[in-house]
Amino acid sequence: MILRNAARHKLRTILTILGLAVATLSFVVIRTIIKSWYASAEILPPDRLVTRNAVSLVFGLPLAYEEKIKRVEGVEQVGHGNWFGGLYNNDPKNFFANFAVGPDIYLEMYSEFVVPPEQKTEYFKTKDGAVAGQRLVDRFGWKIGDVIRLKGQIYPGDWEFVLKAIYKGSEPGVDENSLIFHWEYFDEKMKQTFPEMGGEAGWFLIKISDPKDAASIGAAIDEIFKNSPAETLTETEKAFSLNFLAMMDSLIAGLTIMSYLIIGVILLVLVNTMAMSARERMSEYAILKTLGFKAFHIGFLIIGESLLLAILGGALGFLLTVPAFDGISKALQGFFSGFVTDTLTIALAIIFLILVGICAAIFPIYKALKLSIVDGLRHVG
Amino acid sequence: MNMAALVKIISVSKSYRRDSLKIPVLENIMLDVEAGDFLALMGPSGSGKTTLLNLIGGIDRPSAGEIYVNDVPIYKLRDSALAAWRARHIGFVFQFYNLMPVLTAFENVELPLLLTKLSKKERIKHVETALSIVGLGDRMDHYPRQLSGGQEQRVAIARALVTDPTLILADEPTGDLDKNSAEEVMGLLSQLNSNYGKTIIMVTHDPRAADKAKTHRHLDKGELA
Repeated sequence: MILRNAARHKLRTILTILGLAVATLSFVVIRTIIKSWYASAEILPPDRLVTRNAVSLVFGLPLAYEEKIKRVEGVEQVGHGNWFGGLYNNDPKNFFANFAVGPDIYLEMYSEFVVPPEQKTEYFKTKDGAVAGQRLVDRFGWKIGDVIRLKGQIYPGDWEFVLKAIYKGSEPGVDENSLIFHWEYFDEKMKQTFPEMGGEAGWFLIKISDPKDAASIGAAIDEIFKNSPAETLTETEKAFSLNFLAMMDSLIAGLTIMSYLIIGVILLVLVNTMAMSARERMSEYAILKTLGFKAFHIGFLIIGESLLLAILGGALGFLLTVPAFDGISKALQGFFSGFVTDTLTIALAIIFLILVGICAAIFPIYKALKLSIVDGLRHVG
Repeated sequence: MNMAALVKIISVSKSYRRDSLKIPVLENIMLDVEAGDFLALMGPSGSGKTTLLNLIGGIDRPSAGEIYVNDVPIYKLRDSALAAWRARHIGFVFQFYNLMPVLTAFENVELPLLLTKLSKKERIKHVETALSIVGLGDRMDHYPRQLSGGQEQRVAIARALVTDPTLILADEPTGDLDKNSAEEVMGLLSQLNSNYGKTIIMVTHDPRAADKAKTHRHLDKGELA
């Protein structure tokens, strides 16, 4: 009877299910995008620290700091890098992250970047070599040996790199949209053309022996450079990345709020359908009561139908996430390192759908139970 | 007062409230209905016939007085007990049939049996019997929209008798039917009374329908004549 009641007004039922599906889809997509936004930072290992200029990431640090940092107890390896900010073929649409990193140990410290050994060797041997993530390579259709031309936005000039290696993430969520190249090549060229911009690292990447000591090691490093012309701020790489991403916090907060507002939309869609259905069926509820059916029977009929619609709409919404994520990935040209809907989002969507199904049934149940048989029978005819 | 009567109504009054206004519908009704009787309650519109039927069927409560059906003081029963009592003892037939549009004839008739402890097999047997009594054994899988008015009313009668109730209450059972269908339905109710011994109380203002009843009572302005 629940099934047949649900199918009674086919157009209304289809529109309700579609409404629920679109709302569920939006909820899951928004939350997954938010999750994906932070995903690359969330998976960063706790044994890597980043030291940067305490004033701002815009200002560099003397390369000489590296040797002093290496001497801090608990520090295993140190590398350095600069945000290059070059545009591929000088087209803003081709934006992707590109860094100058050195020495070679820097790449080794990124254990989550899986590079075939022979490619890695070739990269180390080539002065103007570059390593690109698989998604980036796929996006532009590059292949090993291709020359990649970047137009410097921070560091002026036309820069050419030879693609020598392609890395893949060791797990889902690892960023595969970056390009790195040798810091020595970068620094050498800068010294030739803009000597005042050379010899400075944007940050130092530090591998430590025990993640538990991250706070004390960071404090020790910052203590060394206290009261110097370039004081440092050291934090875990994860905190560093999250701070970087926090620049978009307002947008993310807005999206988060929107994802919850969508739950309200789902509720209104279903409440409207269930209220209309219940109003039309008051005489039938009166007949059921006349025949001896009790409050819980009628309540079960109404809540069953409400939950059925919520579940069907939700299931369709989940199914639609597959083509939706595919389309979004293509539209964003690999900006995100793949969309993986987390268990919490799925669980939240299911819980919300069930709650919405129950809430949407409350008013119709109340009306049906409050209805006297005599009044209900007057609806007939 | 006949203490052996199946239905005993003692000094029953019923009034409704509309805002602060009290509207009396029934006044000091005294009525006995014997087991096996076929009573026609007649009277003009607004005389309180349906209200009296609703009180006997336990779907409404008197403002004053006592109602006993088979010695059960139904006016004292709580709502849930009254619902269970109705399911077991009363079969209702309404003017507009009141079948569930999403259920087939078979399923509509089976509906009251879902509240019993009968097995599926037993329910099928009961439903088939009830539908064959009303002459619709070949229309079990039809939905109400696929049946004529007369056929719908016969399904409603099958639903009313499938639980073998103590009392069948019919409210204007021919009110929405053409002459031929009305005669078929009245013939059927008459058969149920004479062949199966069912006690029937029927509200009607149709004299031809009332002719089929054994006894007649008239209500006027809330009082039994």
